Amino acid sequence: MDFTLDKKHEMARNLFKEFAETEVKPLAQETDETEEFPMETVKKMQKYGFMGIPVPKEYGGQGCDPLTYTMCVEELSKVCATTGVVVSAHTSLCVDPILTYGTEEQKQKYVRPLATGEKLGAFALTEPGAGTDAQGAQTKAVLDGDEWVLNGSKCFITNGKVADVYIVIAITSVVEDKRGRKKKNFSAFIVDKDAPGFSFGTKEKKMGIRGSSTYELIFEDCRIPKENLLGPEGKGFPIAMHTLDGGRIGIAAQALGIAEGAFERAVAYTKERKQFGRSIAAQQNTQFKLADMATRIEAAQLLVYKAAMAKATQKVYSVEAAKAKLFAAETAMAVTTEVVQLFGGYGYIREYDVERMMRDAKITEIYEGTSEVQRMVISGAVLK
Amino acid sequence: MKIVVCIKQVPDTKGGVKFNPDGTLDRAAMLAIMNPDDKAGLEAALRIKDEIGAEVTVLTMGLPKADDVLREALAMGADNAILVTDRVLGGADTWATSTTIAGALRNIDYDLIITGRQAIDGDTAQVGPQIAEHLGLPVISYAEDIKVDGNSVIVKRQYEDRYHEVKAQMPCLITALSELNEPRYMTPGGIFDAYDKEVTVWGRADLKDVDDSNLGLKGSPTKIAKASDKVRKGAGEKVTLDAAESVTYLMDKLKEKHVI
Repeated sequence: MDFTLDKKHEMARNLFKEFAETEVKPLAQETDETEEFPMETVKKMQKYGFMGIPVPKEYGGQGCDPLTYTMCVEELSKVCATTGVVVSAHTSLCVDPILTYGTEEQKQKYVRPLATGEKLGAFALTEPGAGTDAQGAQTKAVLDGDEWVLNGSKCFITNGKVADVYIVIAITSVVEDKRGRKKKNFSAFIVDKDAPGFSFGTKEKKMGIRGSSTYELIFEDCRIPKENLLGPEGKGFPIAMHTLDGGRIGIAAQALGIAEGAFERAVAYTKERKQFGRSIAAQQNTQFKLADMATRIEAAQLLVYKAAMAKATQKVYSVEAAKAKLFAAETAMAVTTEVVQLFGGYGYIREYDVERMMRDAKITEIYEGTSEVQRMVISGAVLK
Repeated sequence: MKIVVCIKQVPDTKGGVKFNPDGTLDRAAMLAIMNPDDKAGLEAALRIKDEIGAEVTVLTMGLPKADDVLREALAMGADNAILVTDRVLGGADTWATSTTIAGALRNIDYDLIITGRQAIDGDTAQVGPQIAEHLGLPVISYAEDIKVDGNSVIVKRQYEDRYHEVKAQMPCLITALSELNEPRYMTPGGIFDAYDKEVTVWGRADLKDVDDSNLGLKGSPTKIAKASDKVRKGAGEKVTLDAAESVTYLMDKLKEKHVI
């Protein structure tokens, strides 16, 4: 077992780090303050292939592996968690399911422009009454001649208004089991932004990742071509769950990046900040806190990379993804909270990055499956 | 069109500098990057490739670990890479280096050779023009803009207060300034491809028309008497005086040191 990165992964990490430091970091604070989507950065990432890292070259991607993509989200999130989630939601939640379940025509039509970054993707499962209980969703799709007609709404959709292509999960039939209980059958659909009957609701005002575009999606007799059904009819729920397994690795990488970014700032700050005549890094309280954080971050990184490797080699990687997301997200929250404490009053001021990082960290414990959902997945496997 | 870009792996300016006992740089012990002027030269070549089509080959002389900068160049978009490495070439000054590189270049076809103006470790700005001299090529140094015009290149050559527009027929050699352009990033897929590609490795035996007496440390007329890292400034002297006293104090000090 070798825990060192090979040369090409090391070079890719250096690329992402340099890009993040030069192109993303200078805009991070402004993106948070203005709550504006970082479109200029996305265009630059498009130019350098960051929007299709794990996609095969035949579909316009970079032909790299999930680990490379994971490191990209990690490095971006070290300086700006908003930019990290833009790439993660696009790649894991929109490109990946089309690549996995799409027909050759769908891949040619949708994956290629998404992987080159010409178009941006999003994924819509959550509804006002259906979060963790995704089965509670109400959005319906009915086949009418050569078109599916969608009705309902989705909420908290990342890349909401800026995306061009949406994966939408909707009920296509309700059946009764032997005991007379009603069971919803879901299907997955590819919806273009300009589909008739598709509109946007309110923009969410959020605690963190404030530059990411989070919107409500509204479908009112929204008509899409019959061939935009993704995967077999009635298989939408397993498609959504499998998609979220991949998405969780992206969010785990985002959480890891936030923790690492906050930690780097803490190391620099505690060496500089003097109290009682010496740097606070010279105090054992600080040293022990830094030691605990460093250990926890490395453990999180190993879990995240293991999950990324599992995605590359295994068909099912739900448990690896759940463990990585659970631990990385809780690490991000714990580390950023502790780093704000080390910064003292300055940590509470918006001028310093760590205040933003603590706000950004919280969502990683919530979206794409709360920490409680991850515990359900993990314990389910343990007790099987 | 065929372009060869000569690049050099240099110590990272952010890292520390270490020396061998003979005064030459201990390159193996230092973090390394692609020399900034060379990177601008590579970017210029890649832009010509994007605009009118060209085959871009990168060439370096160095330790086996110089393979890293060649892979970086491939990941940015270069087509081929050649590493010239051999123990007998070690410790070369500008003369021995340019002799070596010219010996390697005699094996390949080119229309244009681009080198950086100078490397941030030696800062001599001699190797590029020397290569041209060895190969009998026209040279335009200090290029801040390069345009291809048929069989010629039109280059803005930088001076302190002006520039000259110089036209030369190819084949020729240009030395590039880092101000020439903003080099592109690599792409992730470019990196993966770069590690799948073969880097051509040449040793002493592959150099054409060169004499052993002009190679390596032995073939280097430059003898380094002493080399050192930046000398740290002393802590200085702190005094607290009012404005008038400060002026008198400073004047006295300047007179004492015979500055005025």
